[in-house]
Amino acid sequence: MLSIKNLQAGIDDKQILKGINLEVNAGEVHAIMGPNGSGKSSLASVLAGRETYEVTGGEVYFDGKNLLDMPVEDRAREGLFLAFQYPVEIPGVSNINFLRTALNEIRAYRQQPPIDAKEFLRLTKEKQQLVEFDAKLVNRSLNEGFSGGEKKRNEIFQLAMLEPKLAILDETDSGLDIDALRVVSNGVNKLRSDKNAFIVITHYQRLLEYIVPDFVHVLYNGRIVKSGTKELALELEERGYDWIKEPAYSNS
Amino acid sequence: MENNNSNEILDDYIDKEYEFGFVTDIEMEVAPKGLSEETIHYISAKKEEPEWLKEWRLKAYQSFLKQPEPHWQNFELPNVDFQAISYYAAPKSGAKYKSLDEVDPALLETFEKLGIPLSEQKLLAGVAVDAVFDSVSVATTFKETLKEQGIIFCSISEAVKEHPELVKKYLGSVVPYSDNLYASLNAAVFSDGSFVYIPKGVRCPMELSTYFRINTQNTGQFERTLIIADEGSYVSYLEGCTAPKRDENQLHAAVVELIALENAEIKYSTVQNWYPGDKDGKGGIYNFVTKRGVCKGANAKISWTQVETGSAITWKYPSVILQGDNSSGEFYSVAVTRNKQVADTGTKMFHIGKNTRSRIISKGISAGEGQNTYRGLVQVGTRAENARNFTQCDSLLIGDRCGAHTFPYIESKNNTAMIEHEATTSKIGEDQLFYLNQRGIETEKAVALIVNGYAREVLNQLPMEFAVEAQKLLSISLEGSVG
Ligand SMILES: Nc1ncnc2c1ncn2[C@@H]1O[C@H](COP(=O)(O)OP(=O)(O)OP(=O)(O)O)[C@@H](O)[C@H]1O
Ligand SMILES: [Mg+2]
Repeated sequence: MLSIKNLQAGIDDKQILKGINLEVNAGEVHAIMGPNGSGKSSLASVLAGRETYEVTGGEVYFDGKNLLDMPVEDRAREGLFLAFQYPVEIPGVSNINFLRTALNEIRAYRQQPPIDAKEFLRLTKEKQQLVEFDAKLVNRSLNEGFSGGEKKRNEIFQLAMLEPKLAILDETDSGLDIDALRVVSNGVNKLRSDKNAFIVITHYQRLLEYIVPDFVHVLYNGRIVKSGTKELALELEERGYDWIKEPAYSNS
Repeated sequence: MENNNSNEILDDYIDKEYEFGFVTDIEMEVAPKGLSEETIHYISAKKEEPEWLKEWRLKAYQSFLKQPEPHWQNFELPNVDFQAISYYAAPKSGAKYKSLDEVDPALLETFEKLGIPLSEQKLLAGVAVDAVFDSVSVATTFKETLKEQGIIFCSISEAVKEHPELVKKYLGSVVPYSDNLYASLNAAVFSDGSFVYIPKGVRCPMELSTYFRINTQNTGQFERTLIIADEGSYVSYLEGCTAPKRDENQLHAAVVELIALENAEIKYSTVQNWYPGDKDGKGGIYNFVTKRGVCKGANAKISWTQVETGSAITWKYPSVILQGDNSSGEFYSVAVTRNKQVADTGTKMFHIGKNTRSRIISKGISAGEGQNTYRGLVQVGTRAENARNFTQCDSLLIGDRCGAHTFPYIESKNNTAMIEHEATTSKIGEDQLFYLNQRGIETEKAVALIVNGYAREVLNQLPMEFAVEAQKLLSISLEGSVG
């Protein structure tokens, strides 16, 4: 589904991603871990198409299409979803109106007619229950005045509504209380299928007990320096990152 | 991807066309260009006016001749050649239609094209419309229905004939003919406009609306609106406007007077979409308007709401004189400027009575090289115990070639007054656009969403039937703009 080859990107003259290789197939969950500033959010941003990053090398194919050639909105319409580490607030725009606009834009791209009002309401209700998202928040302004945890849950609600092929969750667990963490993980698990895939960026092994990954990768200094199965997450929890930062691993 | 396409998108947006720029081909009777006492005699005769009104016009003209050009605005006043304008243009078929069947089909079609169908069965339920084409009112709908409750809704020329006592009593009572240069000009040459009277205790059962259309070349539009809400009555009134695309600038100098007696409420909404000129600033309407209301009795309320997207230059300050005790005034405004458009707008709240309150919410949006100025005055008189004002002035900038300016003036002569002022300036954030793009929403739609969200508080004040229109208008007028 997603094929990243030797991806390099930076901001201004600063190299941030220094040659990322990653293959994600339908049905898989990949966890990405790594110390602060190692480039995890940058990788997510570059995949989503954020303009502040300049891609300086490598290639990315998404379902056979050259992802790096597409504008941000087309990547989303092709089925790439990013749950943001820091979701933004958009005052005065109701959550529901925003979601309907998003859904209809995606549908139009796929040559489907706009969703009718009744069907949309039904869908909203279903998804809101699936991820246990507070109905009151559905009608509020988009993330305006939401608590940190509410914003994160809103990202998962949107994910449920838009049903992407590939979802990248950037530290969705940070800021969630223990119950919310379980609820959100359950939601994600219910959305998992053999047709979609998830990339889960996290600092904590705990999340991976709920959302069990098929692969765990460690990103350090702009490179994936180690890959393994879920046991790797446990080992990191125990030993920290120092052993991975050894020169043997960080050589180019 | 490189961070280089925001300018391209901006340029795209600048090329967006004005969609109401067509001209109606209809035989017109147009007064010779120029302004003199003779012009006034001509207009007065055409309209078969009583002597007192002609005298009033002539005094206004004398005042016009003595007035200096205003000088306090935040833009360079264009050179308006008053002799190059024709002050009267009317469809030849005549202005006195007994029924819609007599109206020239080309005219009906024009309004239809503008989305203002005038045949009553096609009308939005609950909205009565007075349509003004160049200098004359061509049709007023639902007149009979309103009459049953004693409500008068007609063109001002008709009111002069049918209800001279009301017109005589109130015309010029809020905006005197000597008020300012453009108000004097209007008093001298006004050709038509709307008149509303709501009797005591009556709640007007439908939105009243006037639609102004400038069509003929080299004419100005000088309409005059007079609304009187008698004790304990309520009315909601809306005006809309468009003009064809023309290379020359056209002058629109209207005067609106509102009178709310004890316990009465007037809600006045404007959706202003005059032709703004092209991307180089060629052509477009000069929208120099004087709007003022007086809360004459206790507990009266006047609320102005405006969505200003058109005109080359907009220059207006809908104001409220809070004379009655406990009366209140509100001003809600969204003004959009793009390309080379200029808006210098705001409000004046004169607190005279005790416990008077005012609320000002102004949202400026500038894009391209547009310049947006908020200018407001809150004045509290010595008798105005416990006056309260709240002002919120927000500016949104799209791109880096536009400007936003805020001039709030406060003059208080009573130390029990409480005056609050808040102001913010923001840009549409790259992170907001990225967030919406990432959800599949293209940049144009994303900007429209953000802007409509930003203006929400003002749009919410509009009557339901027009809120949707106004939202669309905002989206259209900002298509393709990116910060
Ligand atoms: N706009 C920017 N300008 C300059 N440098 C940036 C910018 N955004 C990110 N960086 C730098 O890129 C590097 C990677 O940042 P990134 O946010 O991808 O890290 P991360 O792995 O997500 O960290 P965390 O675990 O703290 O979220 C950091 O050194 C950061 O300072
Ligand atoms: Mg991060």
